Amino acid sequence: MHNEHIIPTDHATAAEVFLQDEERANWHDKALWFIREKRDVATKQIPDWELLRETASQIKQNVLGNLDNYLEQFEQNALQNGIKVHWAADAAEHNQIVLNIIQQHGIQKLVKSKSMLTEECHLNDYLLENGIDVIDTDLGERVVQLAKEPPSHIVLPCIHKRKEEVGELFHIHLGTEKGASDPAYLTEAARQHLREKFLTSDLAITGVNFAIAETGGFVVCTNEGNADMGAHLAKVHIACMGIEKIIPKAENLGVFLRLLARSATGQPITTYSSHFHRPAKGQEMHLVLVDNGRSVQLGRKDFYNSLKCIRCGACINTCPVYRRSGGHSYHYAISGPIGAILAPNMDMRKNADLPFASTLCGSCTNVCPVKIDIHNQLYKWRQVLGEEGYVPATKKQSMKAMGSLLANPTLYRIAGKSGRTMMRLLPGLANNKAMNPWAKQRDMPAPPKESFRDWYLKNKKQHD
Amino acid sequence: MTSREKILNQVRQNKPVAIPLPQNITFATVTEPERLPAFVKSFTSAGGVVSIVPDFTTIGQELQVLFDQPERVMNTIPAVGYGLAPTDAIAQGHILANLEVAVVTGSLGVAENGAIWVSVENIPTRVLPFICEHLVLVLPQSKIVGTMHEAYAILPKSFPDYGVFIAGPSRTADIEQSLVIGAHGPKRAHVFILENE
Ligand code: SF4
Repeated sequence: MHNEHIIPTDHATAAEVFLQDEERANWHDKALWFIREKRDVATKQIPDWELLRETASQIKQNVLGNLDNYLEQFEQNALQNGIKVHWAADAAEHNQIVLNIIQQHGIQKLVKSKSMLTEECHLNDYLLENGIDVIDTDLGERVVQLAKEPPSHIVLPCIHKRKEEVGELFHIHLGTEKGASDPAYLTEAARQHLREKFLTSDLAITGVNFAIAETGGFVVCTNEGNADMGAHLAKVHIACMGIEKIIPKAENLGVFLRLLARSATGQPITTYSSHFHRPAKGQEMHLVLVDNGRSVQLGRKDFYNSLKCIRCGACINTCPVYRRSGGHSYHYAISGPIGAILAPNMDMRKNADLPFASTLCGSCTNVCPVKIDIHNQLYKWRQVLGEEGYVPATKKQSMKAMGSLLANPTLYRIAGKSGRTMMRLLPGLANNKAMNPWAKQRDMPAPPKESFRDWYLKNKKQHD
Repeated sequence: MTSREKILNQVRQNKPVAIPLPQNITFATVTEPERLPAFVKSFTSAGGVVSIVPDFTTIGQELQVLFDQPERVMNTIPAVGYGLAPTDAIAQGHILANLEVAVVTGSLGVAENGAIWVSVENIPTRVLPFICEHLVLVLPQSKIVGTMHEAYAILPKSFPDYGVFIAGPSRTADIEQSLVIGAHGPKRAHVFILENE
């Protein structure tokens, strides 16, 4: 359920609201950094980590450069496997296709496992409007569904919620004890509640992590086992995927499955990596291939790299802006740095603020398992949005100033010195909330008396 | 024009320059003597239980201690000799809703991550390893490979209708990142590794 009206339009404004609850904001920041650290530990255990990333990136480059051929090859093999393949040019067509299948079977209620694509298409809203009851079965997704909110993170849908809030939601909707907030107790309650749904639903929708051109099958990864519980107990299984999810060969899964969970949560692999190739006897299996702007992004030479994304969430966990602004501030189905480069492709006007929700520190690029140059793309979107006239005037001015500063080393050095002097003499200015939106809710660090450059030159002289 | 043509045309028009698909890259592996300890470490870190046993009969004996009544156990491996064998293929997985234990063959194990390959060839219905409360897997030690690359080199090119890598009991950390074992699938995953097979 996507309540557009509660989502403020501008990232900085929404972030301000998020930061008002300081305790929550601090917890959110720490929880995500903790996951980032687990990712670091997991990657250090693989001697070939960098080789894996490079290989994954090249495989994806190969895919994007041959995407039409791979799509046709995949379709042909999937059809041969007995999977019904559908093509959707946009979100509306995707939703229509799914609804048609549901209605053909006279089904009223279905279970759905995690699929960011269906979030992107707002499938739940559409099905509800058409009288279909959709039950999200991933625990985090069920929590946000009960709260009538969209997920705030692609891997951790309810990372913005505290356990007491989950307890209250479950008390209201599942009848758990008032005030109970123990995660084990709440998880058990959800298990029982959703098991009944699995056993009584004739149709299951899942996402797709990888679709294999050579074999015509697809792979779905979960830790909870919800995709499998849904798909195996239903008469009809619909899997929905963006066209960029294709990989050429099954052996490429070796590369991607080694990268995905380690990057996402620091696990060496998700608990379940399910390979669907043919429907079970008496079952019907559908696969919907969705474009929804991807073929346009493919043609943007500065941005097509974003289509390599395997949705691990690492760039989100590491992002200092995301950690301190929360996923809902991004007002797009996919939040964080990757969302901020995908969103403007869909709607430049509505999402013009998102590429500015970044410090361009490059941490996202450093962790990305498929080596997307995320921070460069954010920077480039700023230029494009500026040229197309979508950038707010204040941002335009500072961008120009920044641009000429970086282009002129002398000016840069002077600006550095004067910046430091000004901050020492007038700290209130840098902290002025009206002039510097990022000074809101936090104090600027004390400026160093000496810049690194000055320090380096002085020390170099001493040692020469 | 159908959406299919529209999408394919636009992709054809817009696609970037292709580069060759990386092939035959050698990745470091887990050496033979390190495989068993590495596998045990991975599977137990994921919340699973590992027993190393000499033969099938020992598994049956251990199961008897763990689950005292044989009718609580659906056993798909005759040599284990404990529990009830499924009579036919099960058309409707729903009848297993209250199943306590399932004993299933794993045909491949991966040392680097503790994943075990289970496919339709080894189970009477797809939902079996998910719907049971306790999943017991049986894996010959000789079937443990080093990495996922080696696993895919061994798996048949024409994949079974359905197959899954299982790496421990089902889990979630969606509520405040605190790990809870037993989300929708089994609350316990116990692998018996057969030393001499
Ligand atoms: S952009 Fe990279 S790091 Fe971010 S979610 Fe996608 S694959 Fe993961």
